[in-house]
Amino acid sequence: MKNKHKRWTFARKYCMLLKGLQLFYGGMILTKYRVLAGPEGYLPPAAACEGIALPDVGYALIEGREVPEQEALSAIVDKLLSAKRPFFFPGPNVLWEWKAGVAEKAAAVRKLADTAGARVIPMPDYRPKYPMINPAIEINPNHPNLTIWHNKIDVCVFVGVHCHYANMALKIIRGGTDCYTIAICGEAGHEDANITLRDAGIPQLEALTAMVAERRRLS
Amino acid sequence: MPEQRVVTPEFLFTEAAREELFITGSEAVREAVRRGNVDMAISYPITPQSESMHLVGDIYAEGYVKDYYRGENEFAVMSSVAGAAMGGVRVFTATGGPGTMRALEMFPTWVGARLPIVCAFFTRGINSPLTIQPDTIEMAHMLDTGMIMLHAEDAQDLYDMILKAFIIAEQTEVHIPVGVFADGFFVTHTRDRVRVASPDLKLPPYKPYSAPVPVIDMENVPFRQMRDPFVMKSNYVSYAAHASWQQEVLAAAERARPFIRKYLGGLIEVENEHADILVLAGGTAVCQGREAIAMAREEGIEAGLIKIKSVRPFPSDELRALTANAKAVIVPEFNRVGWLSREVRNVVQNPDCVVPGPRVFGGMTMPPDLILAEIRRYARD
Repeated sequence: MKNKHKRWTFARKYCMLLKGLQLFYGGMILTKYRVLAGPEGYLPPAAACEGIALPDVGYALIEGREVPEQEALSAIVDKLLSAKRPFFFPGPNVLWEWKAGVAEKAAAVRKLADTAGARVIPMPDYRPKYPMINPAIEINPNHPNLTIWHNKIDVCVFVGVHCHYANMALKIIRGGTDCYTIAICGEAGHEDANITLRDAGIPQLEALTAMVAERRRLS
Repeated sequence: MPEQRVVTPEFLFTEAAREELFITGSEAVREAVRRGNVDMAISYPITPQSESMHLVGDIYAEGYVKDYYRGENEFAVMSSVAGAAMGGVRVFTATGGPGTMRALEMFPTWVGARLPIVCAFFTRGINSPLTIQPDTIEMAHMLDTGMIMLHAEDAQDLYDMILKAFIIAEQTEVHIPVGVFADGFFVTHTRDRVRVASPDLKLPPYKPYSAPVPVIDMENVPFRQMRDPFVMKSNYVSYAAHASWQQEVLAAAERARPFIRKYLGGLIEVENEHADILVLAGGTAVCQGREAIAMAREEGIEAGLIKIKSVRPFPSDELRALTANAKAVIVPEFNRVGWLSREVRNVVQNPDCVVPGPRVFGGMTMPPDLILAEIRRYARD
């Protein structure tokens, strides 16, 4: 009984210490929310509303923690190569040749997916698909879970998806599936992904491809 | 079309030489829009906003704005600017009081559609019997539309905030509308010294292809709301899509915080922050608050001032930290409902320290003596 009481007291002190770590620092609460793979539950919060900030230029996020971009590239390679069923979800920004340079970026995405042994399912547009989507060939941001579940996807990569729809889908995936999400974003990144790059273009895609190929060669 | 040089926002806001003009708040709007590289402005007159959009029409005639027309009413105007923004142009409008209320449906629609519209609101009473007098009550109705809400203290703030609002609103990760609020008449119809950059300079153009939703896409929501409408479905998939959409809009406002800090120097401004009696205000009530703490200082009473520049997102963390040891947080307001004091009570550690007033309304001005009386009362306790 005495030991139990000691354990309880220690646990309480430990909890208070952890709470104390949520220090006020310059008036801001340091958050402990982590953007982990789900299923998180019925209605997971937007990570931005839990204090997760987008990475600065040259940086990335791993599960809500800001890291140098190179560290995130390495983590992406780890996830892709350890996945059972990795999939890429290219969106309209790389599926349609709407401006110069897009075809080259799309080719770099395809090469990365092929090198990593990942399959590709496109997100060609954002219209909700009723009465039913064909999840074997398409993913939609309004009900992405259907494609994840149908294909038993454990790691997915968003690339070329407009930011609003990517965040919308990433939250739904985190809420209802255990799929690990990666966003290769050409803009400011996505707090709602488990790993996000920002300002990512052909150089990051080629670097990932080279790292995957090298890792495969060594294994 | 006048010759203007595109410069970076940082240059226009901080580095460019400024000249001092003695102008009204409405004229400050004109000067901001002149330098804002605005593609389109649509107007509908309502006091005390009418003069500002009339003046924007004048600079359209001079070639500073590419397109301009008068809408049928406020609802039509706010719908039209939504169409313009969906088409990928930088757009500006203004309204106030009953005009704000008439157009209310459009504001959450702008937010949900991720439109970076900048709208100035010149506040006035909205009640019956009809009044055109100054009052900030319409801001209470705007708090949960999802828009970013900035509150200008004077014409200088109004000029700066409108220009900076374009840049904050158009960030890819933010990309929601910004309302720049100023107290009608007190700001719009009085002359003040306003320091402005050269009219030869203007902001860079809006980049619609960096928007978080496709520009002018007739096939997809939010542009095409009624095809394959998940709005009409009653199932979990539909609910989850709506919930995630709304959460993303909340997240967008959160992402505005660092840009408000960067461009406006913070969500608040503080004077004498270590005082245990604080006056907390927004808009022109800040001026009376500043005068009241100066009068208190002459009597040997130390009081501080917190100026709320951003109402949405609300400076919750900043206020929690600043008021942690406060004996009294006096919140003077130009409305009868006290919406700002309610907001403050919701975020501070000790809501009992919030003094909900003094308040004036119906067009009254606020003598600083009213605020001073509260400061004296808590200094005695």
